[in-house]
Amino acid sequence: MAEVTLRNVGKRYDDVVAVSNINLDIPNHEFVVLVGPSGCGKSTTLRMIAGLEEISDGEISIGGEVVNDLPPKDRDIAMVFQNYALYPHMTVAENMSFGLKLRKFPKAEIKQRVDNAARILDITELLTRRPKQLSGGQRQRVAMGRAIVRNPKVFLFDEPLSNLDAKLRVQMRTEIKRVHQKVKTTTVYVTHDQVEAMTLADRVVVMHKGKIEQIGTPNDLYHHPKTRFVAGFIGSPAMNLVPAKLESNGSGLKIRLSDKLSFEVPESRAARYRGHTGKDLLFGLRPEHITETRGRENGVGQEFPVTLDVVEPMGMETMVFFKVDGTEVCGRVEPTAAKASGETMQLRANLDHMHLIDPATNAVL
Amino acid sequence: MADTVQPWNVATLPGIAKAPARKSGLQLFMRRRSTIALLMCTPLILIVAGLIIYPAFYSIYLSMLNKAQTRFIGFSNFTFLLSRDTFWMVVQQSAIFALSAVFFKALIGLITAHLVNNLPVKGQRKWRGMLLVPWVIPLALSTLGWWWLFDPTYSAINYILMGLGFDNVAWLSTPYWARFSVILVNVWYGAPFFLIMYLAALKSVPEQLYEAASIDGATAWQKFRHITLPMMHNIIAITILFSLIVTFANFDVVQIMTAGGPRNMTHVFATYSFLLGIRSGDLPLGAATSLFMFPILAVAAVFILRGVRKRGREIG
Amino acid sequence: MSTLAATAPALKRIGVGASLRRNRRWALIASYFFLIMFAIFFLMPPYYMVVTALKSDAEVARMATNPWIIANGATFDQFKILFTQTDFLIFFKNTVIVTVCVVAITMVVSVLAAFSLGRMKFWGSGILATGIFLTYLVPDTLLFLPLFQIVKSVGLLNSYWGMVLVYPTLTVPFCTWIMIGYFQSIPKELDEAALIDGAGHMQMLTKIFIPVALPGIIAAMIFAFTVSWAAFVYPLAFLYSADQQVLTVGTVTSLIRGDVYKWGMLMAGALVAAAPPLVIYAFLMDYYIAGLTAGATKG
Repeated sequence: MAEVTLRNVGKRYDDVVAVSNINLDIPNHEFVVLVGPSGCGKSTTLRMIAGLEEISDGEISIGGEVVNDLPPKDRDIAMVFQNYALYPHMTVAENMSFGLKLRKFPKAEIKQRVDNAARILDITELLTRRPKQLSGGQRQRVAMGRAIVRNPKVFLFDEPLSNLDAKLRVQMRTEIKRVHQKVKTTTVYVTHDQVEAMTLADRVVVMHKGKIEQIGTPNDLYHHPKTRFVAGFIGSPAMNLVPAKLESNGSGLKIRLSDKLSFEVPESRAARYRGHTGKDLLFGLRPEHITETRGRENGVGQEFPVTLDVVEPMGMETMVFFKVDGTEVCGRVEPTAAKASGETMQLRANLDHMHLIDPATNAVL
Repeated sequence: MADTVQPWNVATLPGIAKAPARKSGLQLFMRRRSTIALLMCTPLILIVAGLIIYPAFYSIYLSMLNKAQTRFIGFSNFTFLLSRDTFWMVVQQSAIFALSAVFFKALIGLITAHLVNNLPVKGQRKWRGMLLVPWVIPLALSTLGWWWLFDPTYSAINYILMGLGFDNVAWLSTPYWARFSVILVNVWYGAPFFLIMYLAALKSVPEQLYEAASIDGATAWQKFRHITLPMMHNIIAITILFSLIVTFANFDVVQIMTAGGPRNMTHVFATYSFLLGIRSGDLPLGAATSLFMFPILAVAAVFILRGVRKRGREIG
Repeated sequence: MSTLAATAPALKRIGVGASLRRNRRWALIASYFFLIMFAIFFLMPPYYMVVTALKSDAEVARMATNPWIIANGATFDQFKILFTQTDFLIFFKNTVIVTVCVVAITMVVSVLAAFSLGRMKFWGSGILATGIFLTYLVPDTLLFLPLFQIVKSVGLLNSYWGMVLVYPTLTVPFCTWIMIGYFQSIPKELDEAALIDGAGHMQMLTKIFIPVALPGIIAAMIFAFTVSWAAFVYPLAFLYSADQQVLTVGTVTSLIRGDVYKWGMLMAGALVAAAPPLVIYAFLMDYYIAGLTAGATKG
């Protein structure tokens, strides 16, 4: 168990900068998720921690020791790969004990660790099988078992669930969380799926184009995104972003989305925005904060009428899409309240959760 | 159905011409299909049967005739050969030649494949191109070049040796050096084939296995032993067996460089049977000689087939 | 990932904190060093052949100078003598005729058979395919004696048309094997789409499969070409007259005047004879290699 620290870490391939300016402090026992779209540099960063890529700039330390010059095997880490990378000609037990055998652990201890890990992951009956006889989920567990027996300072996961089907993914997600609660090893986990990030992480690191956009707890990122990218990336379906103009409204502020639609900025937010009056900004509001009006007479929010474009029933709720000056906006309403496509409907927006983004800096105000 | 689907009348579709969409018509169609298929194979079958299988059996018959091919003499040719010292020397030399040449070809192939694989990808193609040249030049012609390199009077290799302070070597007239030379040329010619095969096999091993092994703590040698070798062992076996067959039956190198000499010490089956069959005109005796190759080739062929089948299962 | 990164354990721990980057550079330098050694070994004979071919007879005979370089100026005399005073060009012409015919025959036979064996599953197709592969393993040095009788009985002994008859035994089995692999790798849906479009089997073959399997066809053609061009045993055994002889045997045996080996001319001949395969290799290297590896890696 140990802390992982990244100081000004960067990676260059010839002239191309893959990753730059990565600063991250991961305390012992924490489960940190690096999340972002393909090509954002999260896997590269993970592989630098593992020692599979050379570090172009900066320093990485594990357990207080700078590991830049250490090969992977000396960093006391274990990794679970997207494609599991199980040795095809070895049995499950041999796969799991390979690392220990190489390090000359006594046979008895190897057996004990393998049995222990197999019990935690519920793969004891699979120990004598070979990888090609296993299903995807089983292989993933064996890959995790291989990591657990090593009892390393840090677990590294490189998109381990991407190859599994949706249902299995949800199951394995819970497995991983359960294992982390039991074993408590510091974990760095890479994924492009923000739902995985939000459900698994103690803290989330959102990455984009080789840089860190924001670090925070899932709640932080959800409620207080700092950049446009984070605002649009976290949350499913994505936050609505509509070009708007901030106007003065007597002593208060008004945000104008179109000639026909404007909202009053609530007091709780007005102070922050006052300095930007008159500017063209991006208005952000999550679909879950645009709801139907029925039964909310005492609720917060401002009502407004819309003509529905597309209506998507999702079972538990219905997604409604409408246009505001050409930009498509999404809201979530009770299925029974939803009208049909083409009809008008009254919606309520909870402006306490609004965000304003300066398009010039892409920063959330 | 036909009346509702005008003008795509089932009966007018080619291939099903005379068959209404009924069971018997379908059977007719199936039979025609396999007849066509068989017909397409006929030229191949003719060539193989007429020019490979028939001669192979004919050579058995031939080996049991006397020199003038007038009488049937049973196994006399074989017993005759087995009684000659020269023949046993040929057996020994063929074995030494094949085994050592294949061993070195495989070794060099494996080493160079690793070396090339370690280079940055852009450069690999160039190096692979350069290293394959010996295989591209027709063996008879490159052997001619080597013969010149080994020439008793003008050998350019001797020139270097003398420059380094060593003595002249009579490459082709001393028995052991002659044996060395033919093996050397065969290795020179055949190693690139192994390089290409092994390079392709190396590339088929997933990179992530090596990364996982790095993290598990494996050194380069351990990675080679525990990952590369097991993953490649099938193709290593196939290429070695294949090369054993081809090398064992090799003719060009020995014939051109030494013609079996000095004193018949470099003869292999192929050249000895050529000597007996064509040069001396005793076709039956020559046939008998070359038939001795057959058992070994058959055994190797069986193993190759098993290996190829296994690999097919592994991949597919 | 350099698997040779720790070949020499000594290189790994050059003091505490040895840079990984430095180790990898050492490993790369070592790789290049050994590769250059191997390259020298592989390329040294062809190089020497070129050097010799460009020397005058006098220089070839002179023993004092370094034979590895051209000391007295390069000359094309050897080539001139080769083309004008020997039967070399006849050998070349014969080889071209034989090779072209053999490649044509091989391709027709192989493609037909491969299409049938690879895609049209019929009773016995598996056995036949395996049988074909096995016949490839029967070496020419086993067959050349009985074939001598057969070729003689057909009256084609000492004629290069005899070569056209027997060379396919060298090329057809392996080319069929290669083509079967390529044809099998074409998705089944193409057949079905073609059947629906109304194609018969021959049309499917010519209009769809041959174009799609073109890389395999080129690879097989190159293989057939190379084998035919380089064949040595059969012409040596079956051809006697210079006007029927092919390049490989002709260069090696017939260019010797009296007892004198004119090495300059011999090397020139060897080079020109080796040129066509080398040229094809230079331009179509990938197809060349694909043909080779197809056999083993396609299983």
